[in-house]
Amino acid sequence: MHIIVCIKQVPDTKQVRLDEKTHTLIREGVESIINPYDMYALEEGLRIKDRFGGKVTVCTMGPPQAESSLREAISYGADEAVLLSDRAFAGADTWATSYTLAKGIEKIGPFDLILCGKQAVDGDTAQVGPGIAERLAIPYVTWVRKIEEIGDGLIRVQRLMDDGYDRLETTLPALLTVVKEINEPRVPSLKGKMRAKSQKIGVYGTKELEADPERVGLQGSATQVIKVFPPPRLKEREWIEGTPVEQVGQLLGKLTKLKLII
Amino acid sequence: MTLQTRIDSDKCTGCEACLPVCPFNALEMKEGKASVNDQCTLCGACADECPVEAIFVPVLEKGEGSEEYSGVMIFAEQRLGKISEVAYELLHKGRELADTLKVSLSAALLGKDVSASANRLIENGADRVYVVDHPSLEGFTDELYGECLTRIIRTSRPEIVLAGATSIGRSFIPKVATQIGTGLTADCTDLSIDTEQRLLLQTRPAFGGNIMATIVCPQKRPQMATVRAKVMKKGVVQPGRSGEIIPLEIDWAEMSPKSRLLEIVEEITEKVRLAEADVIVTGGRGLQEEKHFALIRELAEQLDAAVGASRGAVDAGWISYAHQVGQTGKTVAPKLYIAVGVSGAVQHLVGMQSSDTIVAINSDPHAPIFDVASYGMVGDLFEIVPEMIKQLKARMGNN
Repeated sequence: MHIIVCIKQVPDTKQVRLDEKTHTLIREGVESIINPYDMYALEEGLRIKDRFGGKVTVCTMGPPQAESSLREAISYGADEAVLLSDRAFAGADTWATSYTLAKGIEKIGPFDLILCGKQAVDGDTAQVGPGIAERLAIPYVTWVRKIEEIGDGLIRVQRLMDDGYDRLETTLPALLTVVKEINEPRVPSLKGKMRAKSQKIGVYGTKELEADPERVGLQGSATQVIKVFPPPRLKEREWIEGTPVEQVGQLLGKLTKLKLII
Repeated sequence: MTLQTRIDSDKCTGCEACLPVCPFNALEMKEGKASVNDQCTLCGACADECPVEAIFVPVLEKGEGSEEYSGVMIFAEQRLGKISEVAYELLHKGRELADTLKVSLSAALLGKDVSASANRLIENGADRVYVVDHPSLEGFTDELYGECLTRIIRTSRPEIVLAGATSIGRSFIPKVATQIGTGLTADCTDLSIDTEQRLLLQTRPAFGGNIMATIVCPQKRPQMATVRAKVMKKGVVQPGRSGEIIPLEIDWAEMSPKSRLLEIVEEITEKVRLAEADVIVTGGRGLQEEKHFALIRELAEQLDAAVGASRGAVDAGWISYAHQVGQTGKTVAPKLYIAVGVSGAVQHLVGMQSSDTIVAINSDPHAPIFDVASYGMVGDLFEIVPEMIKQLKARMGNN
């Protein structure tokens, strides 16, 4: 099995804030991490490799410093890593990003399975995984919480839905986006950490990917951010005090008035 | 030619007024003049600020043929034959957008034995309903739903397409947008029209809800967005409202789907439908033990509410992940959200802070959950919750 895991280096969103006055992103001291959902995708890829043999290639699009995330993925057990990096890729929306990643995957070569996290925690769009699959003309299943079986060119999975789950079967090669319920990621091994230091990482730009310059980066993006602003101020809060009996009585009275309860 | 913000270095006085207004840190000073780096998204904030008009931001022209696209379309999601609430919310918002643009509103309905529901969509504001009614659409697969919606859009050419940001919508709408070759904005919480440019202004949270962004799709058509459930209001049903129902024939023989739905498993042991619930009662670490979740379930039952959980409670193994509210769980916005023993980590808050009314019960008056609460009750949940259950039961007895 050749499994490709797409990862994204993201700022730790817990630390990201907008400056209230200037409306600029405060970046100082914000750490870069591998998108947490991608860690589950990586772990699942490694588990499949452990069971069936083969190799795991990690791939990311990003600035040169995204290489550190690829090295981190190698320390967990990924075999190879590819960085798609080019100044022309900057400012890409999900449309241009999925085009670029699809070109990168074509460059990497034949594969059986692509795994992605369900979404990245900075953009929260969940659009890149399906976008890659569509461009590669392969089937995909989102929100995968369990891989039941792989064999005979088929994969059987469980997809988490709002009201339960669906069981699906699809032909390989395919792309899956995974949710955190799927596994518990391992810790990096010492051997992996050593290898992560020395492993050669391929870096491809527009030219190497034979990508259409009109379709990458800001130029290739269909959507455009025209404004960013802090979330609206939170509503006024009212304290309800007294003994528990009084507190509950008051609360239920207020909720009744608001027609929230009968 | 590359689209780029240009700074006239002859005009630039090096005043640095543009630097702080750039939301993307895309401006730097080089040799006393402002210069633009790769982070620029052409948002134009700097040009508005520049006192000497030295900054030129290219305006994206509308794509050729965009005037051929007209009307607003919503995807009317159904699950097991029942139209989802989010479809009615989209119809109401879609009607408002269509009226502003002075165009018609249509709905796309896919499923098995769903034709009878088309009239309900008309009564809720649709002028036209495109229906593909076929047994193979009974369950949801990205391939078949994607194929059908793409065909409907190619046939009817709407300028705007909206779908719910649900498990289904967020899964297959990216496929449709890619097939059609247009932009897509995920999980919008506000939509309006820039009437001058006839553009859909799509506002959504990013960075885990710490930042809001307004996004446009200037050149490609249709402009597509998924919209968070429970954020838009439903409209008033107009019985007898007339509209057109257009059944679409698909040549099923030429479809050779690569994926197959084997089974739909509803987790009916508890009311997990968090995304659609009007009332949610959520339990957190403050419950101390798994068995105390029974209190949350009992209170939820009294209020006909769904049961939610904080990440802490899920990680402790007290309740399944399906109940988790927050950044790594579900985003909810019910009419009433009651947080019991939830401290309110930022990841939890971003998943529930757009709820209409929030009640927080916690022993720690400094818990961050109180920052987003409409009503704060400081106290022992083991006293307050049983009392709530008791008083609610007493009310039921009186009714």
